[in-house]
Amino acid sequence: MSEHHHDHDHDHDHSELSETELRVRALETILTEKGYVEPAALDAIIQAYETKIGPHNGARVIAKAWTDPAFRKALLEDGSKAIGTLGHVSRVGDHLVVVENTPQRHNMVVCTLCSCYPWEMLGLPPVWYKAAPYRSRAVKDPRGVLADFGISLSKDIEIRVWDSTAETRFLVLPMRPEGTEGWSEEQLAELVTRDSMIGTGFPRRPGAPS
Amino acid sequence: MNGVHDMGGMDGFGKVEPEPNEPMFHADWESRVLAMVRAMGAAGAFNIDTSRFYRETLPPDVYLSSSYYEKWFLGLEEMLIEKGYLTREEVAAGHAMQPGKALKHGKFDLSNVERVMVRGKFARPAPAPAKFSIGDRVRAKNIHPATHTRLPRYVRGHVGVVELNHGCHVFPDTAAMERGENPQWLYTVVFEGRDLWGEDGDPTLKVSIDAFEPYLEPV
Repeated sequence: MSEHHHDHDHDHDHSELSETELRVRALETILTEKGYVEPAALDAIIQAYETKIGPHNGARVIAKAWTDPAFRKALLEDGSKAIGTLGHVSRVGDHLVVVENTPQRHNMVVCTLCSCYPWEMLGLPPVWYKAAPYRSRAVKDPRGVLADFGISLSKDIEIRVWDSTAETRFLVLPMRPEGTEGWSEEQLAELVTRDSMIGTGFPRRPGAPS
Repeated sequence: MNGVHDMGGMDGFGKVEPEPNEPMFHADWESRVLAMVRAMGAAGAFNIDTSRFYRETLPPDVYLSSSYYEKWFLGLEEMLIEKGYLTREEVAAGHAMQPGKALKHGKFDLSNVERVMVRGKFARPAPAPAKFSIGDRVRAKNIHPATHTRLPRYVRGHVGVVELNHGCHVFPDTAAMERGENPQWLYTVVFEGRDLWGEDGDPTLKVSIDAFEPYLEPV
């Protein structure tokens, strides 16, 4: 860096960088110089995460399950296989289990040990999903966690928490909102939120702001 | 290992705080860390279980005070040093000082990107018949391995019911230590909330884990 000593812009840039950012840059430089990775390939990975995955994939699956009873049945029997028949959804892993909310049972998904999450269906997990408050409390006090999300469930509803401790991934099939009779899959998909597929939220109601 | 990563049932971490309209990354460096981990894993420098173990073995105070991608970065750097892909001197210098070590699947270039976006396959042929059937009552063993395991502390010693059989999968406990895939039957085992948390626990709660057969004993 000494050759840039008089380059004010350059110095300024670096003074703005955190120690972590400097270390990350250094590691990438080393991995590149040693011939392990191509920086353009790293760019392409990031671009793929940013453009190809996201909760829109899961939302289309849920909306189809709400409108197509045969697909819903197949989805609950073998999530990976059923989703594999939908050409338009990004490729899903082999071990996706879809769990259905009913008037008697509410499902919630967590990974207490790290951050396991069905990213093909939902995108990368939000910070809260990977952070200590959710990971510690979801398996012990799920109603308290739901209260943090501003929702409550009747006391007679069973809460089933799925701790993702292996390579199996879980996707919640929420209940279809009332007042959506006759809606198309595309319309219904607009109501499916990320959190409703984790079990920390409900689908939007018809007419509610998106 | 009984580390701070094994958080199920711990108290004192406060409220869950969802961030409205959360961006995918909060800084560019986070995305570079994610990409480096995925790329080096795909190139064969380590398996997913080993990478988890390196994050779990961060000192507890570092683990708890670091952000998610900081943990990923610290785990990656240490793992690559210990596996001989780079040296501490190179990290200190910020540049390569010697040629790279051969990677099992070669350099990670653009032709490999598609592969990263498909989840890995972990099912393996069964080396033996399954010991447990759906509906069986099983106890999560009271074991405390000092190395990587996917049996969380909060279920150890408790009795649950086998609900699903997922077939045979790579066993993380041995894969993480690079002692082979050692495939094992994998089950979803469901526990009553009050069996885990006592009589003050939520009576409407049931919690399941995915448990490898060596974690379980018949009741």
